[in-house]
Amino acid sequence: MAKVKLKEFAFARSGDKGDGSNVGIFVTNAGDYEVLKRELTVERVKQHFRAICKGEVTRYEAPNLFALNFLLRDSLGGGGSESLKTDAQGKTHGLALLELEVER
Amino acid sequence: MRDKVLIGYGQGFWGDSILGPVRLVREGPLDYLALDYLAEVTMSIMQKLKSRNPKAGYATDFVAMLDRTLPDITQKGIKVVANAGGVNPEACLQAVLDLARKKGIKGLKVGIIEGDDILARVPELVRSGHPLLNMDDGRPLSTVQDKLLSANVYVGAFAVAECLRAGAQIVIGGRLTDPALVAGPMIHEFGWQPNDFDKLAAGTMAGHIAECGAQCTGGNYTNWREVKDFVRIGYPVIEASPDGTFVVTKHDGTGGLVNRNTVVSQLLYEMGDPKRYLGPDCTADFTSAKVEEVGKDRVRLSGIKGGPATPTYKVSLSYQNGFKTTGQLTISGPDAVAKAKLCADIVWGRLALDGCTFAEHEKIVELVGAGVCHAGITESANPPEVVLRLGVKCHDEDKVDRFGMEIVPLVTSGPPGVTGFAGGRPKATDIVGYWPALLDKTQVKTKVRVEVS
Repeated sequence: MAKVKLKEFAFARSGDKGDGSNVGIFVTNAGDYEVLKRELTVERVKQHFRAICKGEVTRYEAPNLFALNFLLRDSLGGGGSESLKTDAQGKTHGLALLELEVER
Repeated sequence: MRDKVLIGYGQGFWGDSILGPVRLVREGPLDYLALDYLAEVTMSIMQKLKSRNPKAGYATDFVAMLDRTLPDITQKGIKVVANAGGVNPEACLQAVLDLARKKGIKGLKVGIIEGDDILARVPELVRSGHPLLNMDDGRPLSTVQDKLLSANVYVGAFAVAECLRAGAQIVIGGRLTDPALVAGPMIHEFGWQPNDFDKLAAGTMAGHIAECGAQCTGGNYTNWREVKDFVRIGYPVIEASPDGTFVVTKHDGTGGLVNRNTVVSQLLYEMGDPKRYLGPDCTADFTSAKVEEVGKDRVRLSGIKGGPATPTYKVSLSYQNGFKTTGQLTISGPDAVAKAKLCADIVWGRLALDGCTFAEHEKIVELVGAGVCHAGITESANPPEVVLRLGVKCHDEDKVDRFGMEIVPLVTSGPPGVTGFAGGRPKATDIVGYWPALLDKTQVKTKVRVEVS
């Protein structure tokens, strides 16, 4: 196993869900999906986004897509029209997750 | 019954490129053109426009789009389904009929779907035991009821199918869900019934994939270097079959990319629990779908499972929730970060001198270029320059405007290297609060009407 950033082998997309964001991440094969499931614990993702996400993190699995979906609550500074942030819709949170280094 | 129906999705939101629909009707075969113009904030803007002018309150972009595409649409018999009616489908209908007459197009059948706009009914609904509690935190609507700007039910695909059955070639709805613009034509063409849950789930999933336009054909795709010809990116075309399987594709010769990864990316967009995607017509299980590449720029989805919808509609309400503004300056190096932080402190300090203070949660300071989007993850300690972005929000409009007056003076009264003030003084704008709620389905009756040019 070697340390690699998720961006070397995974794909992501993110957007807003109320005052939080959702970050979907997926890979292209079953082996890498096991890596995702093992490495991307709720605690690890919450720690990674500690400067962005002020609420709880929830994880969902979609094995048919080799995908995980994370909900990051309170990560948009109010969300929608209430937010003053540049990324008020969490559009870039997916790429932020891909910067995480994992054992693969 | 047709064994295949082609549904293109030409607008992912109000403000999307007009080239999407214009090219979809010209560059390849198409049976339906679906277009989404609404977001939560859009409805409140439209209500405001309508309160000033009874003929406003719909997506005028839609009429501008038809001005360019009606000849192709009528000649090829393409049907159009859009939620362009906003809070005034009737006015949108009349504008489209006027346009058709102006262009000498006779016999164009234009239909509207009404009944989603419940703003005027809210007091009566609350009095009669439908509290419209905030579904995120349970607050009663009374906390914001006197500040409501809009209230719309998310209407589903059967209303679209009904309007098509009534003969409309152009279907104009108000707050139709985005997926309903795709699932509606499928119900109409294939005769699907309200208990065909697997098929309705497939239609919903197809609509979810297409609803952001080019976001499933190479736009916003992680591996962006793989995407050819962004300039001529093809907008999605859903090739639907009566059994609920469908292929996501785009017209031959267009730019962009459709593969397993671009489609899965969009499946995950704005997703909650992938096992239970809720809509007005069904629940869809996104974890049931088989996704396979079946050719160049062709991805087939099959095996999708669904279940019954909930007994409630989702309602999107908006209300006036204070004021905000943001302003920005560019700070060059050397020491761009240190100088930008000083500039922010100067602004807050000078405002305080004048008796104008803001709580921490009412302020924002961003040093764009030093690591804002990925704060705490990828940051740069010494960039050659940064954009200093300052903002405030509160319920006092005068305070917000007062803040806006202290940005530009930094150019001459702060550290050196401050520029980029071209926008002038930032002014207070409304904050539109979003209030999601649920309403018993028995309380909503949609109706359709078709007129001919």
